[in-house]
Amino acid sequence: MNAAQLPNLIPLLPEFVLGVGAMALLLVGVFRRAEGERFVDAAAIVLLAAAGVIIALLPAGKMTTFGGSFVVDEFARFLKILALLGSAAAIAMSLDYAKHEGEQRFEYSVLILLSTLGMLMLISAADLIALYLGLELMSLPLYVVAASHRNSLRSTEAGLKYFVLGALSSGMLLYGASLIYGFTGTVSFAGIAHAAGQGGVGLIFGIVFLFAGFCFKVSAVPFHMWTPDVYEGAPTPVTAFFAAAPKVAGIAMFVRAAVTAFPGLTSQWQQIVVFVSIASMALGSFAAIGQRNIKRLMAYSSIGHMGFALVGLAAGTTEGVQGVLVYVAIYMTMTLGVFAAILSMRRRTGMVESIDQLAGLSRTHPTLAFFLAMLLFSMAGIPPLAGFFAKFYVFLAAIKAGLYALAVLGVVTSVVGAYYYLYIVKLMYFDEPAGKFEQMPYELRVVLAICGLFNIFFFVYPAPLVGIASAAARSLF
Amino acid sequence: MLLHAIFFYLFAGVTVASAVMVIAARNPVHSVLFLILAFVNAAGLFVLMGAEFLAWILIIVYVGAVALLFLSVVMMLDVDFTALRRGVLSYLPVGVLIGAVLLVELLIIVGAWVVGPDVAKAITAPIPPPAQVSNTQALGLVLYTNYIYFFQTAGIILLVAMIGAIVLTLHHKPNVRRQIIAHQVARSKATAIEIVKVKSGQGLP
Repeated sequence: MNAAQLPNLIPLLPEFVLGVGAMALLLVGVFRRAEGERFVDAAAIVLLAAAGVIIALLPAGKMTTFGGSFVVDEFARFLKILALLGSAAAIAMSLDYAKHEGEQRFEYSVLILLSTLGMLMLISAADLIALYLGLELMSLPLYVVAASHRNSLRSTEAGLKYFVLGALSSGMLLYGASLIYGFTGTVSFAGIAHAAGQGGVGLIFGIVFLFAGFCFKVSAVPFHMWTPDVYEGAPTPVTAFFAAAPKVAGIAMFVRAAVTAFPGLTSQWQQIVVFVSIASMALGSFAAIGQRNIKRLMAYSSIGHMGFALVGLAAGTTEGVQGVLVYVAIYMTMTLGVFAAILSMRRRTGMVESIDQLAGLSRTHPTLAFFLAMLLFSMAGIPPLAGFFAKFYVFLAAIKAGLYALAVLGVVTSVVGAYYYLYIVKLMYFDEPAGKFEQMPYELRVVLAICGLFNIFFFVYPAPLVGIASAAARSLF
Repeated sequence: MLLHAIFFYLFAGVTVASAVMVIAARNPVHSVLFLILAFVNAAGLFVLMGAEFLAWILIIVYVGAVALLFLSVVMMLDVDFTALRRGVLSYLPVGVLIGAVLLVELLIIVGAWVVGPDVAKAITAPIPPPAQVSNTQALGLVLYTNYIYFFQTAGIILLVAMIGAIVLTLHHKPNVRRQIIAHQVARSKATAIEIVKVKSGQGLP
């Protein structure tokens, strides 16, 4: 036997930096327990930034390695940088919370780094094994950080619930993957696309199971049941993390698998995505109306937003994928901004989570109230804020693909959903103040200001984001 | 061929029977022992198929590690398993019904099994034919070469599992006195003993 050649490792460089860096920080944290925590947090953000810079500096064009299992194209670059931004913001937003709750542990940052490593692998995965391993590496740290307040019943319940349901969904995904492998004889997406042809009942069966696993990970209806409980139970910075970066990676894997592995079966999987998308939009809009806890409300809001993002995938065209990418980018800024505001809802007695506590915010904290109101308007999709453009691109793609019913239902549910966003704005501007919050920490102000300004001024110059998303979408087809 | 068939039915029959006993046994320790029996017989099935590597892995990992871990957990924890599992058998009819529906659906799928013309070409065969190498060797040839990426990723996932277990269960108690060998070795006569002159008849203050 001749010696195997060393695979090309250049495309893997960002993942390598993150993985080795995370392990080095683990050592630092273990040996310098007390004084190492601040250093580990700062170093984790530096590592995420370094990985982002390396991704930007990688040679242009499409690169594959490890026999085609790992692919770096425009699509991967765009989403990887988004995921890194989301994770870095999540670590920054956890600093103050950890200081107050006295539960600061260096493992939190290390676990987020390893989860982000999983996201990058997932975004680049071009076969079923790499997809599954990336997914598990992303999810396993999430289960742990959800339960990281181990003395709190709600937190441990959230972690356990997430873990058990996550294992179930992994099982479904693996079952689907094994059926697909059985019917096509290969695990690589290109090979599946080649062998699938017009499909057959068995292959469709496999796709249904695979998509069920995907829907669980992006919390789309009917696999959304875990979301409100986990969002409410997990510590708030962890919830902020859940709502941002893992959703980006989940949507990335959904889009890449659907578009590159099953291009000949678009009309088949389109039905699934259309149903999931309508159900998510409807549930996200109607179920959120009765919520009084702002974290539960954000959970339903994220279910709805995933439904809107999937409208673009349902179109199955380049414009559709471009719409999805613009949507997740804008969704991430909106979510991070709103969570920065939620994390600043702290009174002397501790964190508060009820939306009634926001009453009269415009008089006690006018700047916070203004930015939060703008972000909520953006989530509701009111022009000229960024959220309007996000919805505009996905609905445009759906109409161009002839999915009129889907687009109309999307607009209707978006109007219903506007009710609860506007209700919070009404509470903040027209109700009697419920009392002042503590001083807002520096890093939360930065995140809130950046996200708020991005959403307000996106309409002035949308070309860069839309252009990059369009190039990324074209690299898939 | 007849011998082969006899052993197949022996292993398969015992596997299914012991799997039923795992959920039906009253004593949880018996359940785990039946689980071990099921694993060993499944390993026998693998050997019959010529997958001896999988058979050994099944015995070493599942019987050697997982089942024994179960056994020690069952024996150590004070959980009333009989109360926990009360009613499992009363749910059996519904479970059997759902299982039957799934089985029928699967049969329909298998019945509609059409292998496309390109599938045979798409299957890659990175290993030499079975006549040349045993399957342990064949796995070894690709596991650390073609599949090194997957192998390393699996390793990182296991690292995460370890970190997670420690994060969720390790409590640092403040008053624990740990042995610090460097301090013990660094003791000298001056720091270790104190000489007190005691006047006779007075004792220590």
